[in-house]
Amino acid sequence: MRPPLGTPRLGAVADAGVQVGQPPRKRMLTERQRAERKLAWMLCAPAVAVMALVAIYPIIYAIYLSFQRYDLRFPADKTWVGISNYTTILTSTSLWWQAFGVTVLITVVSVVIELVLGMLAAIVMHRAIFGRGIVRTAVLLPYGIVTVVAAFSWQYAWTPGTGYLAGLLGGNSAPLTHQWQAIPIIILAEVWKTTPFMALLLLAGLSLVPEELLRAAKVDGATAWQRFWRVMVPVMKPAILVALLFRTLDAFRIFDNIYILTQGSQNTRSVSILDYDQLFTALNLGVGSAMSVLIFLFTALIAFGYIKGFGAAAPGQDVRGVR
Amino acid sequence: MECFVRHEPGKRGLTLSTRRILGVAVGVMGLLAVAAACGSSSGTGKGPVTLNWYIFPEFSGAFVKSAAQCSAHSNGSYNIKIQTLPNAADGQRQQMVRRLAADDSSLDILGLDVTWTPEFAEAGWIQPWPQNLAQRVEKGTLKSMVDTATWDGKLYSAPFNTNTQLLWYRKDLVPHPPTTWKQMISMANKLAQEGKPHHIEIQGAQYEGYTVWFNTLVNSAGGKIMSDDGQKVILGHPAVVALDTIHDLVHSKGADPSIGNQMEDQTRLQFEAGVAAFELNYPYVYPSAKADVPDIFKNMRWTVYPTVKPGEPTHVTIGGIDLAVGKFSKHKAQAFAAIQCLRNPQNEIRNAVLGGLPPVLESIYSQPSFQKAYPMWKAIFQTLKQASVRPKTPAYQSVSLQISYTLSPPSSVSASDLGTLKSRIQDAIDSKGLVP
Repeated sequence: MRPPLGTPRLGAVADAGVQVGQPPRKRMLTERQRAERKLAWMLCAPAVAVMALVAIYPIIYAIYLSFQRYDLRFPADKTWVGISNYTTILTSTSLWWQAFGVTVLITVVSVVIELVLGMLAAIVMHRAIFGRGIVRTAVLLPYGIVTVVAAFSWQYAWTPGTGYLAGLLGGNSAPLTHQWQAIPIIILAEVWKTTPFMALLLLAGLSLVPEELLRAAKVDGATAWQRFWRVMVPVMKPAILVALLFRTLDAFRIFDNIYILTQGSQNTRSVSILDYDQLFTALNLGVGSAMSVLIFLFTALIAFGYIKGFGAAAPGQDVRGVR
Repeated sequence: MECFVRHEPGKRGLTLSTRRILGVAVGVMGLLAVAAACGSSSGTGKGPVTLNWYIFPEFSGAFVKSAAQCSAHSNGSYNIKIQTLPNAADGQRQQMVRRLAADDSSLDILGLDVTWTPEFAEAGWIQPWPQNLAQRVEKGTLKSMVDTATWDGKLYSAPFNTNTQLLWYRKDLVPHPPTTWKQMISMANKLAQEGKPHHIEIQGAQYEGYTVWFNTLVNSAGGKIMSDDGQKVILGHPAVVALDTIHDLVHSKGADPSIGNQMEDQTRLQFEAGVAAFELNYPYVYPSAKADVPDIFKNMRWTVYPTVKPGEPTHVTIGGIDLAVGKFSKHKAQAFAAIQCLRNPQNEIRNAVLGGLPPVLESIYSQPSFQKAYPMWKAIFQTLKQASVRPKTPAYQSVSLQISYTLSPPSSVSASDLGTLKSRIQDAIDSKGLVP
């Protein structure tokens, strides 16, 4: 059966020129197709309605709250304050920009390490000849463990007295109580947890690389590295970008690992932890909402940056147009 | 996707699948409606009403017994059901706040930490006690505890249990306990010179316990952190004395090197490890040492907290739990009655003896049975009679975070921090700026 229109066919990226003698792409819809389309819309409608209710409404409400002084502890003092919540946040170097720096550091370092390790794991999973099932299970195992549970096990491991890792550093050291020891531990926990996710997305990309192409390159005398760098990576580019985009957005919003490991003490807060403190400890809905909006804008900026920066190969673009 | 291709073209197969989907949807909604109806059936009818008591986890079982007895003696008017809150104070507060912000009517009786009453009262989440009942609660109850339960001139909660810190010391190292911080620090220096255990264990981590220490020092120096109405920062010279005291300790031999990470339990463990001569902590350390380290326990003694001003009484920060009635509760009258029962002398004694929670009723301290079960009653009672209260403001959480954040780590504290501290606390009161 022919795949529906718009679905990238296997190998479409590599040889977009090959046409199998099909009818022209744009044509009149048959009655059946029109009926299917109508059904599709009807099936989507509830999901769209639910999305509007649970996602779009809260976003608009958060923007609305962000322009108010609204502190649950002082309900009588609720007023409009314009952009003052935003200026409060953006002028706070010791808290907001400090947390922002930590977040960016964790994001960049962990995503880079995950990409390299994830690629290696994907190749191993792809090439494994025997025990393929076991290899894949072993690689994916950390991803199957609940983040909070994994974070607790890291926390105990790094706590003197209860942990085997804290002892490695010798003496009475409590690494989670020092900023420059705690941040690498947070990154380690994050990398351990999400590399499998990266590997999974890259594995999907690897299966797009046609075997003939690699063989042809080999015949032409390309080394293993050249085959990887000049053949596999370009073909996989869309998959790599999806993986990077997903992980960067996730890493930027990091919360659970830090919440369990350090609770954000010793200046190890991410922006999400700082926001949580404003909302749930200080009950300051105005400032907290403004911070949520800023985090939302930064994630939108990251997504936009990826799509602009990587041009047509970015997800959401027409895959046929790559070359 | 299969339904797209299976039905034959031209045939109006849509109706079948649409109908099926609608059928499922209606079915699900029906189930939800039934579930909702089942969920809301309590509270109707004539039997005793169920009062939900949200309280911290108490492991000795004292609260369970009190709840059962009070329910049994209510003549069928109420049935107290304990709803256990998380272990940590922050988690307890967050859980109740999130429910109250959503007007949850299932919160009948709330176990509030002594610092939360102003916040919950100002936000309109708890019901003030009616005048006649308030008078009954206040009578015979420790004054400082009544103070923590009062906001805007009205009693919003009923003191339930209290707690405070004592000075614990090793009699084999310190024959005569110090009465001032200066004495204690010089004793520690001397012990260090002699190569003996000499640390002074106190809570200096960036958390509530550090704020408690600072509050004790400021009040003992004759000052206050904040005005009584919670509107203005005071601090002033007594705060300088407090900062100097912290400074003197951390720059003496008596300071534990890891003071900046220490909370109650770490200080307890250090004392039990035998490296300390002094420890400032709550009475739970005594039974703990008895079980863990009999050798050190043998020499473990207690006395009142040292002063910062010779000859002046010390005003140690008071802790404990107050019980309040939720504003959205449907059974307020029963809840007020239940709280009075839960804090009656019989239950208070059981909480003290079984659970180690010092009572709030003054008369209990003179009862021989209590004195026997609670050997440090005298020092505790003396401390409680002149205890100090933490700043009373709805913004207390932010104020406390600002204090412990500004004064961290203790090793860098100096009198010059006063200006920063003052402006940050004022910001917290005005709910300006971010909380650290």
